[in-house]
Amino acid sequence: MTTIEESTEIKERWDPGVQSYAGMGYWNPDYEPKETDILAVFRMTPQDGVDKIEAAAAVAGESSTATWTVVWTDRLTANSHYQAKAYKVDDVPGRPGEYFAYIAYDIDLFEEGSIANLTSSIIGNVFGFKPLKALRLEDMRIPVAYKKTFQGPAHGIVMEREFLNKYGRPLLGATIKPKLGLSARNYGRVVYEACKGGLDFTKDDENINSQPFMRWRDRFLFGMEGVNKAMAETGELKGHYFNITAGTMEEMYRRAEFAKEIGSVIVMIDLTIGYTAIQSMANWCRENGLLLHLHRAGHSTYTRQKTHGVSFRVISQWCRLMGVDHLHAGTVVGKLEGDPATTRGFYDTLREDKVATNLENGIFFDQDWASMPGVMPVASGGIHAGQMHQLLDLFQDDVILQFGGGTIGHPYGIAAGAEANRVALEAMVKARNEGKDLLREGADVLRNAAKTCQPLEAALSTWGDVTFDYTSTDAPDFVPTATPS
Amino acid sequence: MSKIHYGTFSYLPDLTDEEIAAQVKYALDHEWPVSIEYTDDPHPRNIYWEMWGLPMFDLVEPDGVIRQINECRAAQPEHYIRVLAYDARLGKQTTAMSFLVQRPTNEPGLLLERQDAHDRVQRYSVRSYATDRPAGTRYARE
Repeated sequence: MTTIEESTEIKERWDPGVQSYAGMGYWNPDYEPKETDILAVFRMTPQDGVDKIEAAAAVAGESSTATWTVVWTDRLTANSHYQAKAYKVDDVPGRPGEYFAYIAYDIDLFEEGSIANLTSSIIGNVFGFKPLKALRLEDMRIPVAYKKTFQGPAHGIVMEREFLNKYGRPLLGATIKPKLGLSARNYGRVVYEACKGGLDFTKDDENINSQPFMRWRDRFLFGMEGVNKAMAETGELKGHYFNITAGTMEEMYRRAEFAKEIGSVIVMIDLTIGYTAIQSMANWCRENGLLLHLHRAGHSTYTRQKTHGVSFRVISQWCRLMGVDHLHAGTVVGKLEGDPATTRGFYDTLREDKVATNLENGIFFDQDWASMPGVMPVASGGIHAGQMHQLLDLFQDDVILQFGGGTIGHPYGIAAGAEANRVALEAMVKARNEGKDLLREGADVLRNAAKTCQPLEAALSTWGDVTFDYTSTDAPDFVPTATPS
Repeated sequence: MSKIHYGTFSYLPDLTDEEIAAQVKYALDHEWPVSIEYTDDPHPRNIYWEMWGLPMFDLVEPDGVIRQINECRAAQPEHYIRVLAYDARLGKQTTAMSFLVQRPTNEPGLLLERQDAHDRVQRYSVRSYATDRPAGTRYARE
């Protein structure tokens, strides 16, 4: 590594003008990352003729201390301490022209407890850097020392289950459809029917906030009528995720306070409100005893293409640190993007305490969450009761399965749709616990359960063979995988 | 009359003893101690049901649990009885399973009480009709 102490190099390193990033110390193949370093692995596609080492050094430089030319004011700092160091560059298997660049950042570069600050460095300017055609943040290793500066989930998986008194099975939800246009009274009807039929939760969609056809306060009041009535009908705790996403923090706090006042167990926000707003709402939820649901609205604009953007694994890590209780993380079998191995990587990141490096699932580093509670992943988008065996096999118990169309579109009505989903789920959990092989025997389990449950019979004959069988865009480049139908 | 939906299998037909034993076996195979609890207050926020003895640690076969369930049923024939499994592993340390193994013959259900508050806000509370009567006599057979 070039340092200011090495007198023979001082002259070259600090000569005014443009220097190579590697020459300025941003490439150091001998560097051994410290336990407290923040590590990042980027997939780089350099412009033709740009050397991969120099490209990696440039990414390290532009995401830490560097600017395009030598500045003498660097010499007023312990420069080499603050420089990020690219320490390894690997070819991406089967993808000529793409490279994985590993970069280490000293923990001193980042403000405690601020995802905004972390991301302003790591994904700040560097993604528009001209010498690169494309750049993707694939994964990060956030050290325990930095993790401990974050609150983490307002409640987490364990507390959520104890709060709701629901154990040993996935939770069930549904997004109210149509997502736009229903009046508050009609909206509350869907909440009531779905919760009465057997769901644990219903949910606002990401773009339901406070529009002319239904203002937020009216929706909250009618929604709680539905929730409470369903609780009395069933004897179970129920909730509706009231989306408090709004134009300002002040307005979000106002809506959250009202949701609390009328007894909701949960509120919801969209990823579009930004990292700082998410952290603020997570703090509020911890303080006020409400669960926090996060819808990942907008994420596919930067997570889906494997050459450019930020992997959803990284977004998952940030969300766990920011402190949400629920996060949409993919279904594999539904209508939205989801390679099975990659999705497994997201679920592990959200739920597990220790996650070992697993390149097949896109996990590049060993992760230690230091007992930070897990986030409940939400599987939502184009799933139905006929896939229950696959869903339980993929995700096990700590997940919320959300059937929107699969509940509300049921031919016998919404409560019947909810009951079909609940019966399918309970039959499948029972069969799994009895030792049945879900993937081999699951379809039979469903057919058997349908013999004593008309709504399930109808659901299976309506959607039993609906699949979304398309090739996934965001798959790890290690093992070829296909999305199962 | 309204059937209370409590726990994991409450939307399925009531479990037979053989089916209960299979679920208990699943818990024991995971080294989860199993416990039995009963109540005559089925309020959804009633967390602490009465414990039928202590959790049963270190069992291998479900027979002992089934025996205890039957003793509890004999002593409390008109109560709700549930079986719980507990996962003590680091990171869990919470209940892993919870399901009913007995319900009262007649379930009168729950009442939703409303109170008008300010600006169209309603205060809700849920109350079990059964709890109108003193504990112990709530689900007595007519």
